[in-house]
Parts: sequence; structure tokens; C-alpha cells
Amino acid sequence: MRNSSLFFLYLSAGAALLSLLLVHASFSEYAQQEYLEEKASLVKTLKLTDLCLFTEARYTRHLSQADLNTAFQDHPISLEHFPSGSFTQPPQRIRERP
Amino acid sequence: MKHWIEKQRYIIDFTISSLLRRKVKNFGLLALYTLIVFILASTMFFTYSIKKEASLILKDAPEIVVQKIVAGRHDLFPVSYVDTIRHVRGVAAVESRLWGYYYDSLVSANYTLLTPPARESDTKSFAKTPIVETESGVDTSKPLFELNGAVLEPGTLIIGNGIARLRNIGKGDYMPFMAFDGKIMNLKIAGTLSSQSELVSSDLMLITEEDYRKIFGIDKRYVTDLTVSVNNPSEVATVASKIKKRLPEARPIIRDEILRTYDSIFNWRGGMMIVIFSAAVLAFVIFAWDKASGLSAGERREIGILKAVGWETSDVIQMKFWEGAMVSLTAFLTGVILAYVHVFFTGSMVFEPALKGWSNLYPNFELTPFVNLEQLTTLFFLTVVPYTVATIVPIWRAATIDPDSAMRFTGE
Repeated sequence: MRNSSLFFLYLSAGAALLSLLLVHASFSEYAQQEYLEEKASLVKTLKLTDLCLFTEARYTRHLSQADLNTAFQDHPISLEHFPSGSFTQPPQRIRERP
Repeated sequence: MKHWIEKQRYIIDFTISSLLRRKVKNFGLLALYTLIVFILASTMFFTYSIKKEASLILKDAPEIVVQKIVAGRHDLFPVSYVDTIRHVRGVAAVESRLWGYYYDSLVSANYTLLTPPARESDTKSFAKTPIVETESGVDTSKPLFELNGAVLEPGTLIIGNGIARLRNIGKGDYMPFMAFDGKIMNLKIAGTLSSQSELVSSDLMLITEEDYRKIFGIDKRYVTDLTVSVNNPSEVATVASKIKKRLPEARPIIRDEILRTYDSIFNWRGGMMIVIFSAAVLAFVIFAWDKASGLSAGERREIGILKAVGWETSDVIQMKFWEGAMVSLTAFLTGVILAYVHVFFTGSMVFEPALKGWSNLYPNFELTPFVNLEQLTTLFFLTVVPYTVATIVPIWRAATIDPDSAMRFTGE
């Protein structure tokens, strides 16, 4: 088989696989709808405010409820030391202030 | 047309043979390029999906949460303030919340203890959710609450699936708590929350108000915070500012702020994301620089020979275009496919150690794949187009030189 045929075969197979993954994404989105709604209803019923992503500190567990002085909670010049702090941003309302 | 296609195929055949002559260099380049696309695509898929999921899950979060702040820290909220807030114009209902954290020294993990809302209808809806389990153990109709008809009553608790997994406990087992006065309280597990809800409930413990107050020694005159619902959704911010005026020590947090917090989480402009992006962009710049800064002597000689045997400048440029396109398309397709498998089939295995951080209790959640053509197009224009263009420019310079002088230069 010619090299160009092999290349186009690979390209077609890759494109087909990528299309299949997009179809998978679309089906999964539909299939997960029920779980998403149930999670949303859990949030509504229990009046939850945050996702359980990082349980290492209270201000990373409840990002939206964190104290305004979180960054200096241990002492006035303490710096953020939890790894998850490097993935997250300060709440929008703090950044918007002049 | 057929002639043109055949010509392109011959050029591609030649280009592949030429690439295979420098196997180590080109496979190395391809592997590194694929890795860059993989990292960028994984980051893009993960962050977009988690943001989208957060916005869908948290859309019914409390409209306003009111905390009390003392000396910059969150403090217990006096129940007597409830009436003050209830009388603010526009407020539809005020409910108290009791929640806090408990550190389990046995497994070094933090749990979130929460008292479910006291409303009769809510309590009933938790308790009477039936369990539907099949022999295979996987049932799509399985509800979020696995209570087996048990009612949450004093002396019992319902735990999140993450806690059940971490401590290897389940329904019927006892969970010891050390109360504020040093006494040990053993609470019986009445049920576990389902694994599908781990993204919001992995570390949750639902206990009764009575037990909560016993564990933490909190007087009945205090709650943790309040949730406020508003008559007119467009007035949420106004009501929040009215509450702040009436109770200066209060800190109202509106739903929009909660949603925006999760919209800005994993933002590419800050934190670890900028480190990942900088590394990827820097690696890409090195690629582009390597290509744009000129050709090796071998490549120059090859172009000289090709021109000497009758190739035109346009043929040489076409050959190099295909070279760039082949490398970048192969890297793009492989990188994106691997990234999809990584994020949505292996639970972001590569990112997991960083995301877990120092926490012992990490939720096991399957992200819903929110992937669309827009993301793929962005990724394509960020990676394939610059590389392909970067390969064309130096070739155009080299392809226009005299073949004789190109072949005479032999130092490599």
C-alpha cells in the first residue's frame, strides 16, 4: 500500500473515532441528564452551596462561602499553602472591587 | 482534478519517505507535539465540563445565604435575627441552616455535617425514597438516596459515599464522634447517599438537629447561617443590600456569586492553569522557533537536489506544507482522542494527584462529557494552524534559492 494511502487511512480512522467520541459525548450528556437533575434536586433540598471538590480546608470545600480574609487565616502574612488553592480563583466579588 | 489529486499523492508519498529517513527526530517531534495537544485538550475538556456541570447542579442553590461575620471570620448566627430579615421588603421566606465541619483523626479527613431542612415534606421525601437494586448492582433507576426506608432520627445519620468508601462502613454500622465536651457519641448509619451524587455529597453527613447541637455544643439560640428566598428573582441583589443595611455585621452571598465562583474556578488566567498553559505554549514556541529559524543543511541540500531534478518552487512548498500538515494533523487527532479518553474514561488520571492535594477524602465522580465543535475548533486553530504556517515560511525562503548553491553547502 502506498504511503499516502496509509496516511489518509489513519486520518480517516482518527476523524471517524473523533466523531464517534462526539456522538458518545452527546449520548452521555443525554444519559447523565437524570443524574444531573437528581444532583440539582439534592442541592435544592439540602440547600447546598458548593461542589465537593477539595476537602482539605474549609475555604476550599466551600469556595463560595469562604471568609473574606481566607488568605491570611493563619497569620497576617501567611500565604496560601493548600495545593487546591492554586486551581481556584478568589471569589468574583473580591476581584471586581477597585 | 484527477491529475492534481494524483500529483498531491505523489508529493505525500515522497514527503513520508523523507520524514522516515529522519525517524528519531520526526517521531520525537510527533510525540512531543501530541503531548502538548493532549495536555491542552485534557485541560480544556476537564475545566469546561466541570464548569458546565457546576452551573447545572448549582442552579437551584439558595438565592441568598446570610452569614454573620465577627472580626473577619464566620460566626454563629443568632436566631433572633431571623425576624429582622423576614421583615425586609421582598423577602419571601427565611430558613436557618445548621452545618459545620468535623475532623476525623482516624482517617485524617474532614467531613461536612449538615442538618437537613426541618420541613416535614422534605424529611419525608428523603426517607421514603425506595431502593431499586438489581443483581448486577448497576441500575439507572437507582435513586440518589439509599435509605432503605429508614427515617433519619436522633442517634442516626446518613453518610456520603466518599465517607463510606474511606472508612469502609455502611448501613447498620456505627460512627463514633467526639463531642465538644469529650464525650463519645456513637451514631448509627441509617443509609448512604448514592455514588452518582458524590460531586456534591461525598463528604456529607446528614444528622438531626439534636445530635448536631450535642456534638458541637451549640445553643438553640444560634444557627450556622440563613437562607433567604425572594419574591421577585430580579430583586435578589436589592434584597441582599437591604439585609446588609439592616444588619451591618451580616454578609449576604447571592446565588449569582456562587455560580460565578464556579465559573471562574480553574480559570486559565490564574493559578496552576497558567503554569500548564505557559509550559505548553513555551514548548510550542520552541517548535515554531526551530522551524522558523531555518533549515538544516541536509534539508537545504534535499531542496537543492529536488530543484535540480526539475521540481518547481511551488512543488517544494507543497511538499513542506504536507509535511507540516501531516505532523500536526496526526498529533492533533491522537492528542485529542487520548485527552477525551483520559478525562472521561479514566477520571482524569494524570490530573488526579494534583487535584487531590492534601485531602484524604476525594470524590470519585464521572464528569458528563460536555464537548462541542467549538472547543475542537479552538484547539485546532491553537495548534495545527500555527505549526503548519511556521513550516511554510522558511521553506519559501529556501525554495527560492539557487539549487547549485544549496547543494554546494554540505556542512551539517
